[in-house]
Amino acid sequence: MADYYEQKDLRNFGKITEWSEELGEKFFDYYSKVFEEGKLTGREKSLIALAVAHVVKCPYCIDAYTKDGLQRGITKEEMMEAVHTGAAMEAGANLVHATQMMKKYKKLSH
Amino acid sequence: MSKKSLKARENLMAKANEQLKFLSNGVFEDDLPTFKTKLSEENQFPLKPNKLEILQINLGYMCNQVCAHCHVDAGPDRKEIMTKSTMKSCLKVIQETEAHTLDLTGGAPEMNPHFRWFVEEASKAGIKDFIVRSNLTIIEANKRYKDLPDFFKKHKVHVVSSMPHWTEDKTDHQRGKGVFNKSIKALKKLNEVGYGMPNSSLKLDLVYNPSGAFLPTNQEVMQRDFKEKLIANFDIHFHQLFAITNLPISRFLDYLIASENYEDYMFSLVEAFNPAAVINVMCRNTLSVSWDGFLYDCDFNQMLEMKIDSKIQHINNYNETKIQDRAIKIHQHCYGCTAGAGSSCQGNIT
Repeated sequence: MADYYEQKDLRNFGKITEWSEELGEKFFDYYSKVFEEGKLTGREKSLIALAVAHVVKCPYCIDAYTKDGLQRGITKEEMMEAVHTGAAMEAGANLVHATQMMKKYKKLSH
Repeated sequence: MSKKSLKARENLMAKANEQLKFLSNGVFEDDLPTFKTKLSEENQFPLKPNKLEILQINLGYMCNQVCAHCHVDAGPDRKEIMTKSTMKSCLKVIQETEAHTLDLTGGAPEMNPHFRWFVEEASKAGIKDFIVRSNLTIIEANKRYKDLPDFFKKHKVHVVSSMPHWTEDKTDHQRGKGVFNKSIKALKKLNEVGYGMPNSSLKLDLVYNPSGAFLPTNQEVMQRDFKEKLIANFDIHFHQLFAITNLPISRFLDYLIASENYEDYMFSLVEAFNPAAVINVMCRNTLSVSWDGFLYDCDFNQMLEMKIDSKIQHINNYNETKIQDRAIKIHQHCYGCTAGAGSSCQGNIT
């Protein structure tokens, strides 16, 4: 497994289109459209992407959106806040299930 | 950050031939096309100059700062300084050329002892846009430089200054401890005499170059962010922001190699190659003069000691017609000027 997640593999991302041209191109068109400036700025979208990159634990995405953030002049403090936002959401999504545990506990306990 | 130039540290990357050797090998042996191959694919090789519009003169490599990414490898220990005699040769050319822009750079050009005399004389030639690339901190470096804002104003000089970020942390990391606060003070002084103010004819532009192994983003967006932050945090005004790509030479190349970012950075540059940027690349309308009077296609070629491909290689026997009939010298560092929206000393080129 040592050859998993090699940094240089990210350079080949575009090549997924070679084995399924239509789907690959549709994905990349959609992807680039999503990241254009819209109601949200490119800066805001970059920070959302960075938070999600951590939530889904994608090493390529973390590399890509750390670099993207640097390119956009986003500070390290802003990046860390975004990561915490994602982490808090993950923790919250986890902890909110404690209500299920509490409910079940109470139901089963005499 | 080192307080000495690569040259003073006897670093291998201080030598032009070693840099060119490095840029010829490695990823360019198998994985990536050379810049020459790329231009050939676009039917742009050999690259030929258009009409000369910008004369860029490097007054010397001496500087009060030792910035991490300086392509000149400038610093206090660099003693290469243009003499008054070479300046006189430059003045002759400035009076004869139809170039509309004169661009003085360094090092810190103000540290040349003949700087003020040269500006006074050159400003008489009636050049449309007379640029001085000032690092800002020089205004705060010593009391003999404190009146520079007034001096610039008197000669209607267009001031262009580096500012890597609107935060102290990032600016100081790239340009040295204390640089940010001194730069802010200097910018305030320039604003006070009218530079950079809305509707002012006293032009003050800032240069942004990334503080690491990544390419600059959209110049307009960066300009919007810089203006917003500098006005909100310091009430500082400027006109335009030029986003410049770091070229893989000198200290930046040394950094890329040491941080193991070189390969990825070159892939990014090649991947971002924009044929439209080749049309407007600055070496096609610019000529660079070194401190010792030699002629180059650009300031980067000057640092790589790649003199123009012409029988005339010195300002003393300048002949614009003959010089214009040449092929521009290229190498892999040129990918830096053709990436994305393109990059030049005046920012984006597409």
